[in-house]
Amino acid sequence: MNIPLPDLTPIIPEIIMSIVTCALLTVEVFVKDKTKDFLGIICIGTALAVMYMIPMSQGVTFGGMFISDGYSSYFKFIFLISLILTILISFKFIQREDAEFGEYYSLLMFATAGMMIMASSADLILLYLGLELMALSTYILAGIKRHDTRSNEAALKYFLLGAFSSAILLFGISLTYGLTTSTNIYQIAEHLKQGETSITLLIAMIMIICAFAFKIASAPFHMWAPDVYQGAPTSVTAFFSVGPKAAGFAVIGRVFFIAFESLQMDWTAILIGLAILTMAVGNILAIVQTNMKRMLAYSSIAHAGYALLGIIAGTTEGLNAVMTYLLIYAFMNMGAFAIVILLEKGENIKDYNGLSKSHPLVAAMMLVFMFSLTGIPPTAGFIGKFNIFMAAINAGYTWVVVVAVCFSAISAYYYMRIVMNMFMKPMEAEAKIYPNPANGAALLISLLMVFIIGIMPSVVIGYTFQMFM
Amino acid sequence: MVPLEWYITLSTVIFIIGVIGFLIRRNIIIMLISIELMLNAVNLSLVAFSHYLQDLKGQILVIFVITVAAAEAAIGLAILVSLYRNKAVVHTDKITEMKG
Amino acid sequence: MTMEKYVLIPLLPLIGFCINIWFGRFYQEKAHWISILAVLGSFILSVITFIEVLQGKVINYDLYSWVISGNFKVSIGFLIDQLTAIMLIVVTSVSLLVHIYSVGYMHGDSGYYRFFSYLNLFTFSMLMLVTGNNLMQLYFGWEAVGLCSYFLIGYYFRKQSAADAGKKAFIVNRFGDFGFGIGVFMVFIYLETLHYTDIFANIHTLQGQTINILGFEIGLVTLIALLLFCGAIGKSAQLPLHVWLADAMEGPTPVSALIHAATMVTAGVFLVARFNPLFSMSETAMMVVALTGAITSLFAATIALVQNDIKRIIAYSTVSQLGYMFLACGVGAYGAGIFHLFTHAYFKALLFLGAGSVMHAMAGQLDIQKMGGLRKYMPITFWTFMIASVSIAGIPGLAGFFSKDEILWLAYNAGTVGRIVWVIGTIVAGLTAFYSFRIVFLTFFGKFKGTHEEEHHLHESPSSMTVPLMILAVGAISAGWVGIPPLLGGTNMIGHFLEPVLGHPHVHGTHAEEWMVIAISVVVALGGIFTAAVMYLWAPGIPQLLGRTFRSIYTVLWNKYYVDELYDYTIVRPTKWIGSRILVGVTDGKIIEGIVNGVPKLIAEFGERFRKLQTGFLQHYAMGMAFGLFVILSLVLIFVKQ
Repeated sequence: MNIPLPDLTPIIPEIIMSIVTCALLTVEVFVKDKTKDFLGIICIGTALAVMYMIPMSQGVTFGGMFISDGYSSYFKFIFLISLILTILISFKFIQREDAEFGEYYSLLMFATAGMMIMASSADLILLYLGLELMALSTYILAGIKRHDTRSNEAALKYFLLGAFSSAILLFGISLTYGLTTSTNIYQIAEHLKQGETSITLLIAMIMIICAFAFKIASAPFHMWAPDVYQGAPTSVTAFFSVGPKAAGFAVIGRVFFIAFESLQMDWTAILIGLAILTMAVGNILAIVQTNMKRMLAYSSIAHAGYALLGIIAGTTEGLNAVMTYLLIYAFMNMGAFAIVILLEKGENIKDYNGLSKSHPLVAAMMLVFMFSLTGIPPTAGFIGKFNIFMAAINAGYTWVVVVAVCFSAISAYYYMRIVMNMFMKPMEAEAKIYPNPANGAALLISLLMVFIIGIMPSVVIGYTFQMFM
Repeated sequence: MVPLEWYITLSTVIFIIGVIGFLIRRNIIIMLISIELMLNAVNLSLVAFSHYLQDLKGQILVIFVITVAAAEAAIGLAILVSLYRNKAVVHTDKITEMKG
Repeated sequence: MTMEKYVLIPLLPLIGFCINIWFGRFYQEKAHWISILAVLGSFILSVITFIEVLQGKVINYDLYSWVISGNFKVSIGFLIDQLTAIMLIVVTSVSLLVHIYSVGYMHGDSGYYRFFSYLNLFTFSMLMLVTGNNLMQLYFGWEAVGLCSYFLIGYYFRKQSAADAGKKAFIVNRFGDFGFGIGVFMVFIYLETLHYTDIFANIHTLQGQTINILGFEIGLVTLIALLLFCGAIGKSAQLPLHVWLADAMEGPTPVSALIHAATMVTAGVFLVARFNPLFSMSETAMMVVALTGAITSLFAATIALVQNDIKRIIAYSTVSQLGYMFLACGVGAYGAGIFHLFTHAYFKALLFLGAGSVMHAMAGQLDIQKMGGLRKYMPITFWTFMIASVSIAGIPGLAGFFSKDEILWLAYNAGTVGRIVWVIGTIVAGLTAFYSFRIVFLTFFGKFKGTHEEEHHLHESPSSMTVPLMILAVGAISAGWVGIPPLLGGTNMIGHFLEPVLGHPHVHGTHAEEWMVIAISVVVALGGIFTAAVMYLWAPGIPQLLGRTFRSIYTVLWNKYYVDELYDYTIVRPTKWIGSRILVGVTDGKIIEGIVNGVPKLIAEFGERFRKLQTGFLQHYAMGMAFGLFVILSLVLIFVKQ
């Protein structure tokens, strides 16, 4: 019997990622500790190559299960950017943290491959597989500092809750499959357009929403995030706060905009509630934090809330705004984490007191990232928020935007507190920094992008959209 | 012939038992088992649907779920082992170093 | 090279800034090369652009849209017309010379590269301000130059007075910018655009509309014009917000020359000139502009008569000359105002840089009573300073004369208000001549009045400082030749050049009258110089005699009309008093705290409570998830059933 080979072009990026990663896992055994940086460099090279290939590998394959279109390409671009930045900030840091195991880079690569599959999946089965590939890798990454109890705790919490949420997701998928006779997103959409919706289907959809809300750390499914972000090594935290979140939004966009299109009324209402709760929880709890990583965790929860507004808008403009926002968020958040990593002690907020006196340049960069996270022009953060809010207003959700702006104003309080600490408070102890070229490169890229997107948004965003969509 | 509803009801019941087990038991091993229970409840319903719809996709998903569950268990136990080496606890109420 | 050329004009200094601020510390002493090359590039491009504009090309080009959403659109774009072209020349040329001068002046300073990167940043901001084709960009440049000025005034931040002066400039400018911001906002609300061309095309629709404020019907045009003028008052240090400029002299002298004489402070004049279609529509606004200018110029000139700090005298002279420019704008002679801005930039920058050269020789001494006879020691500084003084005094043939006479003649022609400001302007011309030559005579003539050690130290400044002085001197002599009036055999080139943008006021006076205006101002100027010569060269006893005879007037002038004290008593102290007494008093009663600190505190307290939910206990997290799921399910089921 002859089984025809499916068209592999659309999936080539994922295949390359997986093959290189498997090869790395094998090679790593024979590599001496001193040359482990080399593995990271290979990963960056692969990521760049894959990024280059993505626009060329468009298409649908595997009987409509795997779809590589502009939408997925754009998200893959975000994942790869976050991967590259993460590796750049990791090099020396994981040595310092005594977490330099060869599989570190492989796991990052696997997680990214998982996200890419998620973004491209047009079938709930594939979606589940991609999600698990990402999730399993991230569980290990969270606990990669094997001898650190906090890292263990983070991994355990992330793992148990993650497994719990994927079980819920599976139950939702299973019900959807039973009710719509298919796991293919487009076929589900077709089926739902004809028949009327049952309560069971709503339940299935809600379960899927909950599982995705867990991935993007939306309240009340966010509670793992602060603990995991705090316990995981900082470079991994940086990765978590961007990649998996963006992947979550990628699947939310695909599944809700296409499969559950006819239930838009329902999921919009649910997401409005989640978004407001998320912004409230993220911003209010961020204010009381004393640990920098926890604060950034809550801030990332809050940002997920803002980004949800674009989904709520339910328009192409809204979805584009979400994508832009996530890209911008990747740069500004990675930049902030790169600073945390740069400092010898950057975990506590009071470590930043008087930083402008000992390291003015570092403090100035942190200032830019904090401004951007707050959303002050001419930084990129402003553009991101502006697009999202405008999309929601144009879709008629003005009151939600008003709420979001209020919470955004609250957020200025804790971001500016860092700035105040750096520039106004007296120095307690001379902060020590560990500069290295890779981290510097990550900082420079983030800084430049924050400014470039902030100053000429339509040019950059237009270009990225044109390149991938 | 057992009607589809029975399977689904059974699967839902098992799933809820799994959820409750996960929520109230503090021993991590038991919690892992509860998750297995939830996954297998899903498998049950998937197979039932698959049979009912005369469609293979459900069963394919079941195989994937079983595979992933195995990987998940392996990773879960590995994490638990490394935690146990550092802290010598297997109960979640002892693992509350980070909070707030 | 099409549009890139215009983009590069502001961009080059920005690139210079970025390079220096990042890498400056690696090549400390060579930082000036990058900065100077960047500004030189801008200057060359500006000259090319100017020539193009001279040939009749006007560029209005949207580089790209910054944000678009529905009706709301803000672009980054350039409007390079005759007005901008002149501003470009002024900004880049003075900036270039100041950069070169700073190489010598700031030599050996610990923050050498930082200084140059700030200068670059300032140049960039100023160029953005003048080249923008919309109010948003103007506003950005406006705030950015203010920020740079704040950095540079407080450059010697270890010196308390410098830090205070920086703060003062910042706070005083807040008052003006507040009005300006509202003005910009109102333009956007009523015209739904921020682009100059669209604003001017639609501005007539506002004619006749009024807005009710506290029971007064105020014309919308007047209101917007006055709000915008508020910003100009703050930035250009006009009454009553003039107090910051004299204190700003705490900054390094090149900064005073560039920012606080030639460029930033003239942004207000530029704003009024740019918005001339708006201002011309409201007689009230025009009158306010003219009178503010006239009164400020008189006010500042009288203060300058008695001060002893060389930089402060020149600072008050700047305020006075800026008043002159506003006076011109207020009588509709925008072209003459810009012409004066153009000539003033050169002779005033020259005065400041000359003063800096003197300070350099005197080891930072600022008191002109302790100088004297420097002519012998620093001839180049002397001669260039002399040229600048002759120019500002309005002696025929030099730059200042032509622009000043243009203003006075057009003011003379502009009705009753015009006559009033003409009289004031003429008086100010005399005062200007007097105090300018007071500096010259006290500093460069007579005997040296400092210590012997200081005398030993006297020397001419290095060539990096004297060359810019000489170049500026050429400017101070010849800048006015572009605007020689027809009466004196010229063609008033600059006036005709600017006419497409700024229009030309109607002149109905006769040749005889014009001769009279010129004659009066020349006589008054010569009188001022003569008086100064009598008092400070030939009969040095007179000033003291006068000081004793008119004790009260002298004291009032010496104390700058007590404006600082007035503000201290009416604004600063009450604010502090309210702050310390009432606020603290009420805070004890927990009322203000409830409002000011309360909101964040309330949120924080709420957060502290909320935080308890995050127990660190895994089951609680899982329960949170299950609870969330349950709530959503039940809500949806309830609503679906209905």
